[in-house]
Amino acid sequence: MAAIVERALESKQQKQQRLSAGRLRRFWNNKTLLIMCLPAIAFFIIFAYLPMPGLYLAFINYNYSDGIFKSPFVAFDNFRFLVMNGDLWRLSFNTVAYNLVFITLGNVLQIMVAILLNEIRKKWFKKVTQTIMFLPHFISAVLIGLIAYNILSYDYGYLNGVLQSLGMEPVKTYSNPSIWPFIIVLTFLWQSTGYGSIVYFAAIMGLDNEIIEASEIDGANAFQRIIYIILPWLKPTFIILMLFSLGGILKGNFGLFFNLVGANNTALYATTDIIETYVFRSLMTNFNFSIGSAVSLYQSVFGFIIVITVNWLVRKASPENSLF
Amino acid sequence: MENTEESRSIRTDLSGIAVKAFGYLFIGFFSLCCLLPFLLVLGTSFTSEGMIKKHGFNFWPREFSTFAYKIVFENPDLMIGSYLVTMGITIVGTAAGLFIVAMTGYALQRPDFGYRNGISFFIYFTTLFSGGLVPFYLLMTQYLSLKDNYLAVLLPGLLSPFLIIMMKSFVRSIPHAITESAKIDGAGDFTIFMKLILPMTTPALATIGLFIALGYWNEWYNSMLFLSPDMDYRPLQLFLYNVVTSADFIRNSAAASNVELRDMPLESMKMATAVVATGPVILFYPFVQRYFIKGITVGAVKG
Repeated sequence: MAAIVERALESKQQKQQRLSAGRLRRFWNNKTLLIMCLPAIAFFIIFAYLPMPGLYLAFINYNYSDGIFKSPFVAFDNFRFLVMNGDLWRLSFNTVAYNLVFITLGNVLQIMVAILLNEIRKKWFKKVTQTIMFLPHFISAVLIGLIAYNILSYDYGYLNGVLQSLGMEPVKTYSNPSIWPFIIVLTFLWQSTGYGSIVYFAAIMGLDNEIIEASEIDGANAFQRIIYIILPWLKPTFIILMLFSLGGILKGNFGLFFNLVGANNTALYATTDIIETYVFRSLMTNFNFSIGSAVSLYQSVFGFIIVITVNWLVRKASPENSLF
Repeated sequence: MENTEESRSIRTDLSGIAVKAFGYLFIGFFSLCCLLPFLLVLGTSFTSEGMIKKHGFNFWPREFSTFAYKIVFENPDLMIGSYLVTMGITIVGTAAGLFIVAMTGYALQRPDFGYRNGISFFIYFTTLFSGGLVPFYLLMTQYLSLKDNYLAVLLPGLLSPFLIIMMKSFVRSIPHAITESAKIDGAGDFTIFMKLILPMTTPALATIGLFIALGYWNEWYNSMLFLSPDMDYRPLQLFLYNVVTSADFIRNSAAASNVELRDMPLESMKMATAVVATGPVILFYPFVQRYFIKGITVGAVKG
């Protein structure tokens, strides 16, 4: 009996030895590749992983003099505060609603542009328009804010110039929150449609020409070709892209909102304040680090849950497209 | 080819013509919408301030004036300084970032690399969960002491999971047999990467390099967070941001260029600065557009 146990123990020890030797060998064989990855690993540790424990700020009442470790621990008080005063609900609603509109209208317009570009036969026209539609994606968010100002400014804006020349009253855009959803959505579409249509355009290019020709021999006209062949062909791309963007539905486009609305335009917060702008203000304007962190933690946790769910859906729909 | 087009168009019915006509109209209209705002900025930058005050912003200058540009360049030190800062950050950051992205992408695509899945997930996870702005800000300012340091702009822009995934997709098209045969010949992994893989992936490097460079050129977020407005030489976009939003800035440049504050071309100066800051990108980008298109189509297929 004892002998058996002893043997078992010995073999376990040996096994472990063998295992660690294997591990060592694996490490040794991979050392160059591992070293090649080190800069990137260091980068992500510093800029992505190190800030994560900082979300502990969400559970304390941070003040500058006490620092992170001595500020009083308040558990979920910050979250309670955000729920009670309605901020969390308003921010979530704005962020999600804008993203839903962005995703829906954005994809529809991108598909439309891709299909129509495909119908156009004049090469120069296609090239020139594609280049121009692509352009807004390449400029900084600061310039986008300036362009909006150029058009919407009360005193000098182009829009008011046109309105006045038509004998209409000029509009005070920057103090009227109800028109901002339209402005923001239009600007988003303006900036992203050309860029986004590329994926769909590439997908259409991948469509076998023989299928199109066969449909023409069968007498399908242009409408039918688009509705029965091209649109179904784009469906998988659309679903994947849409699901991925749904995964980021709690993430807002800070640059767009911040530069369009301006840093301190309180009059517009009701319709333009999203999670990112709120967190930014809590850091730079109100110096309320704990509230900002609480909102970020909420965003990260729920965003994570949404991505996992969406990925699960993608894996069900088409396993080869799932992320993990 | 010409012939089949011809016969096809003869056979197409009204719907074909309608779709085409709508295509030209819609695409033409949308392109115009994309282009006009740029012309508005350009036109305004050449309009005299008096005309702007009277008639507002317009495409065509009613009274042509280069005064705004004169003021922008009157402080040549500031503008040129900004240009140099942004160019320096862009060049150094792109070179370093590109090298790291390429190296990592190649290593993570090697089928015989034992840690590839672990490291890939380690990198990918950062897109799923983040510490948010406040801890990042505290880390950068209090623990890394990068406030008012150009490194605060340079370092965070070096790489992103998206670019590494893109590089992996590019490398995947190179047969692993090349690496294997070089290994048999006794080449080390790093040598293989430098001597064999890098020369074979130049289109990929161009694409990824352009993505990084564009990111640096348009960078304003980290600049705004970490560089204070009273720094002498700000990155270009922060400079533009200050011109657009800060009254102090206008006052200072009025003093510096010996112009009475009330004579400062406030509005046209904003536009002129925008033109100077963005001009290079717009002029340069039609030539490199195809690399971006390649990157998007590769990146869209997941890593």
